[in-house]
Formats: sequence, structure tokens, C-alpha cells
Amino acid sequence: MAERPRTPLRDPGAVPAVREDLRSGLPAVEAERHVTDWGRSERVEAVVDRLAVDFLYRLWFRVSVEGIEHVPARGGALVVSNHSGALPPDAAMIAKAIKEEHPRPRPLHLTVEHFFKGYPGFSMLLPKLGAVPAHPANVHRLLWDEQQLVLVFPEGRKGTEKLYKDRYRLRRFGRGGFVQAAMRARAPIVPVAVVGAEEAQPVFAQLSLLQRLTGLLYVPLTPTFPHLGPLGMLGYLPAKFTIRFMEPIPTDDLGDEPWEDQALVQTIAHDVRARIQDELDDMLAQRASVWLG
Amino acid sequence: MRARRILITGVATHWGGALARALEADPEIEAIVGIDREDPVVELERTEFVRVGAQHQLLRRILRAARIDAVIDTRMIVDSTTAAPRAAHENNIIGTMELLAACSSTDEPPALVFKSSAHWYGCNQDDPAYFTEDMSPRNRPRTALQRDIVEAEAAVVEYAERHPQTPVAVLRFVNVLGPGLRTSHTDLLGLPAVPAILGFDPRYQFVHEDDVVGALGHALREGLHGTYNCAADGVLAWSEVAGLLGKLPAPILSPWGTGLSAAALRPLGIRIPPEMLRQLRFGRAVDNRALKATGHRLRYTTRETVLKLREHQRLRPLRSRMGEPYRYEREVEEFLRRSPAAQGALGAPAGASGVGRLGPAGGFDALEAEEVVAVLDALDPASLQALRAHEAGNAARPRVLAAIDALIAGRG
Repeated sequence: MAERPRTPLRDPGAVPAVREDLRSGLPAVEAERHVTDWGRSERVEAVVDRLAVDFLYRLWFRVSVEGIEHVPARGGALVVSNHSGALPPDAAMIAKAIKEEHPRPRPLHLTVEHFFKGYPGFSMLLPKLGAVPAHPANVHRLLWDEQQLVLVFPEGRKGTEKLYKDRYRLRRFGRGGFVQAAMRARAPIVPVAVVGAEEAQPVFAQLSLLQRLTGLLYVPLTPTFPHLGPLGMLGYLPAKFTIRFMEPIPTDDLGDEPWEDQALVQTIAHDVRARIQDELDDMLAQRASVWLG
Repeated sequence: MRARRILITGVATHWGGALARALEADPEIEAIVGIDREDPVVELERTEFVRVGAQHQLLRRILRAARIDAVIDTRMIVDSTTAAPRAAHENNIIGTMELLAACSSTDEPPALVFKSSAHWYGCNQDDPAYFTEDMSPRNRPRTALQRDIVEAEAAVVEYAERHPQTPVAVLRFVNVLGPGLRTSHTDLLGLPAVPAILGFDPRYQFVHEDDVVGALGHALREGLHGTYNCAADGVLAWSEVAGLLGKLPAPILSPWGTGLSAAALRPLGIRIPPEMLRQLRFGRAVDNRALKATGHRLRYTTRETVLKLREHQRLRPLRSRMGEPYRYEREVEEFLRRSPAAQGALGAPAGASGVGRLGPAGGFDALEAEEVVAVLDALDPASLQALRAHEAGNAARPRVLAAIDALIAGRG
């Protein structure tokens, strides 16, 4: 008994160095199940895909995809995108793009605010479609332990709240938490620029009174919402979507524990933000028509 | 050095009893002493039962006299419907303090395996999808149960820090299911439809009762030190749990004012404790890999645990005519252990399988042929004959008859 290495009780056989080797301990996939341990359901995803996503992707938004080869075929990677729209269609379109265009399609996990876990309905539906709460531990497990693709919107709420007049102007990128997550998992960052989402669901104003009454994160005024009822949230205009994946930024060559270096984290966060903004400006300059591309 | 002389607290609880029986089978363990306030509910072979409450002077005398070198504490109440709040507090806090005081005051403080619960982490909106042992709850405890568990564990950590040479393992178990166990979860899952909160489908993780006993034994044998989560592999959605049990989820709890709608169910005999309401809203899962890395293997996944429960639920009608339940009689146990006249009479406890005696009575015909075939092994020859006669006279399913005949032929 006494020869066993002693670790503090609060921190079990799980000093970080040990924990990194726990990948082999991941539970095996049970083939009989159609729901993953994260709550993602193949069936629900398939139904939503058939009912809405497929139609939006092909016919409504006529999504064109560039640089799909920049999405790694294996290993964890953090996909970072600009964000907009009241009920943002961009996440679904990015996931669909990887599913349709990539030579080795992989599921994409989307991080969402903790708010949704506590709101009835959303709490039930979002995990079934591959959303996970944006907790650093969740992102780390997905990227490092499970080697999955994770999509984050560093603008978060600030992106979805912004009005039509501010379209394609990236908000602040949080405190660089997404960069730290990628560094810890030694996963590359894949920046993505999405054009079209801002026009698909322009937000003219934020209705703060309704927001307080419903307890929702925000209640936007869009061409179809709220006067056409809750389903008006799905009222998208047929803007032409272009999704451009950019060259991955590696994070495994930055030395020991780069996430402790706040300056480096901020530099990379700014760099990612600048790349996406430049790319957006470039794509907007090339675009002849909002509706036809 | 391996622990050879064991003290099990809470031996009258389901865990204590099951654990004592499991350890009795280990020849390397010299002595097992079981203590509790109540009489044990299972027949114990060589475990010495002492009826004692949590008084550290008495406990210390027992620890010294029996030269105990390891204590397994299975006494914690982790389901707030099983005891009144005051009694649970008394047991979880005061009981732990007294036990630790007794352990500390021996010359060589014994190793400790402490059965705790994942309720330690609480259950909140901003929780991670998997708790690891090094995370601590970000919010203040929301339920009395969680408060007690947090406080009891803190006392155990203090014990470990005061005796740095003594291995102390804290095992945090997620919700347990199993045929021998009644918890508020098995009660809820036993209803015709499984209650849920409207608009929520939480993630749930279970562990089978046999795996709980296995993990406690593993911690003892390996002299584990540290805090470990213990949960089965796999996390299910609540709707998935209902589906595996062949039931529909019934979203009868309202998303707002959930406590009120739960209170409205109490006259119907449905009791949902506050910690469970939080789980039904937010769900919870823990990372079980640290314990696995110590070489422990769990027998069942979460899914298999739920399927085991289903099997138990379907077979329950068959078990109605079991023999007399075990009753602890001090004089009889004394006689069996001490009297020179009792020679090996203390055989294997009877009725262990639960389907020991089977009456070919009601409920049987409702079972599927496969289910009947699955339980045949557990039956004694007389019951088999009776069952064959019953089957031939009623449904006369060829599969069942063939299986019984094969079994009778094989045994004869």
C-alpha cells in the first residue's frame, strides 16, 4: 500500500500529465445506440436534415464552398467562424458543407451558450443536433480525447445580437478562450468566413421588453419575427451563401504550456480575427449580388 | 501490505450487506466486522455483526480489539427520500465525524474506503458534460443532500491529510440501479411511463449495484488513494432510458414551477427528491477514466445496467412467492458461529439468486418465451417440473418446453 505514489486527495491519480494518457479509457461505442454520449441523435439529425437543412443548403442558400481541403481529415480541429442571424443558419450550413463536400465527412460539434441547457425545448433539441455547452472542459474532451471537429463562434452573443447596419463587422473575440482550448488540445485552428448569413436574416432591432418577458437571450426584430410568431424565427431570405475555409493555424509548435502566455493567446486570437475579417472583405468585394453571388 | 482485517460500516444497508458477502469469499481476508444500528438484512457467513451506533469511544474499542487495518464506510445516505432530512444529516455528517475520530485515535489509523456520491458535484446549468475528479462545484450546494456530502467528504480529506501514510479512497458513485435496490430512481423508472420535465431530455449515467460492490472491493484490495468517480461507460438520454425499459417518457413536470408540479404528484405516491429534479433538468455525467486507469473494469455499461433493470422489472411477478425473508436472530447467529455442535452448518446462504423458488403462478404467461428461457437456469428441479406441467397445460410454447426438457436432461 505504502509504495503507491501519493497524490493529494483533492487531485486524484489525475495530475494533468496522467490525465492526458486517459484516452484509452474512453468508453467504447455501443453499436445498438443511435444517441451518442453527448446526446447527439442520428435519427433527429437525419429528420432535420431531410426537412430543412438539405433544402436550405442546396436550393435556398445555394451554398458554395471554398477551401474544404483545409479541414483536417483526422484528429481534433477547432473551426472558428464569424456569426450572425437571429436564429443563425451558419452553423448548420458549415456542418452540412463538411458533410457534403469533404472527402472524409466528419461530424461537427457546435458549442452553444449554457443558457440553452436551461431553456425548455432548446435543451432537448440542440444536443440532439450536435450542440454542446461551451465549457472549456467539453471543448477539451472533444478536441483532445475524442479527436473531433468543434465549431466555435468567438463572437458569441455579440455576433448574433448585432444589427444589420453592422453586418460583416466582426465583434470582439472574447478573451481568447478558444485559442487556449486549441492550444491545450494541440489542435489546429481552422478559420472560416461565411458570407450571406447576415442578409438571410437581417436583424433590424433588439426588442428588450419582449426579451425580458420571455427570458430568452435576445429577441430580434427580423423581416418575419416576431409578428409571424415563433416560426418566423425560421424566416430566412434566399441570400447566396459562400463558406470559405482558410489554412489551418497549428498550435502544437508553440512550446510548453503556451496557454499560460496571455500575450501569445491574444496575439493569435487577433490574428484569427483579422484573417476572417480580411477574407470577408475580400469575398464581399467580389460579390456582385446579395441574392445571386 | 494488504488489508486483512476489515470493518464495514452500514452493514445493514444494501451495500454493506452485499459487500460483506463479496469479501467473505476472499480467503486472504482474515476477519470482517460489520457494524450498524440496525440488524443486517442479508444472511452473513463469517462476518461478525456488532450492533452499535456512531459513538467514537465504542468504535475505537472495536477497531483496537479486532486490530482492524481497513475500514469501508458504506453508510452514506445519498437519496433524500430514504431518510428524513435530520436523520440523513445526523448519519452523513455526525456519523462520519465519529467514525473518523475513532479511526484517528488508534495507534495505526486504518485505511479508509469512503462511499460517496456524484451528488457532490451538484447539478447546474453551467456544468461541464463530464465532471472529472479535480473539478469542484462552481456554485454553492443547492440541496441539503449535496451540502451534507460536501461536508462529509471534507472531513475525510482532513483525515487523509492528518495521516499521510494511510491510503484513503473516496469513491463518488453516480445513480445506482439494480434488482436488489430501491431508490427514487428505480421507483420512478418502475412507473408505467417515465416522468420527465417538459422540454428537457437530460443526460444520465448509471452504475450497476454489482459494480458498486466491485469498485469498493477494488479500492480496498489495491489500497487506492485519492478521489475517484465511479460510473458505468456510456451516457444515455433520459428518453433513451425510457425506451430501453420499453416505456414512454411522460413530460408531466412543468418546466417552470417544477417543484410545485412534483409536489402535486406526491398524493399519487410519486416522490421526486430535489436533487433528482435538478438531474431531470440538467442531467449529469462524470468521467470514469481515472478509476479505470487503476486497473478496474466495470461489468456493465450504463445501457446494460438499464437493460438489467428491465429484466428485473419484467421478472418481478415471478418472484412474488419467494421464501421467507431473512431475519437476523442474535441467538441463532451466536449458536452457528460459536457452538461446537454447529459443524459447518453455516452453509452458503439460501435464496441468493432471488428466483430460488418459483410458483407456476400469475405473471408467468405474460413473459416472452426468451425471457422464460433466460430464467430457467436459476430454478431448482422441483420448480422446473412444476413449470413444465404448467406450460404444457397452458401456452405450451415449444421453445419453452424444449428448453426445460434440455435442462432437466442435462442435470439428470
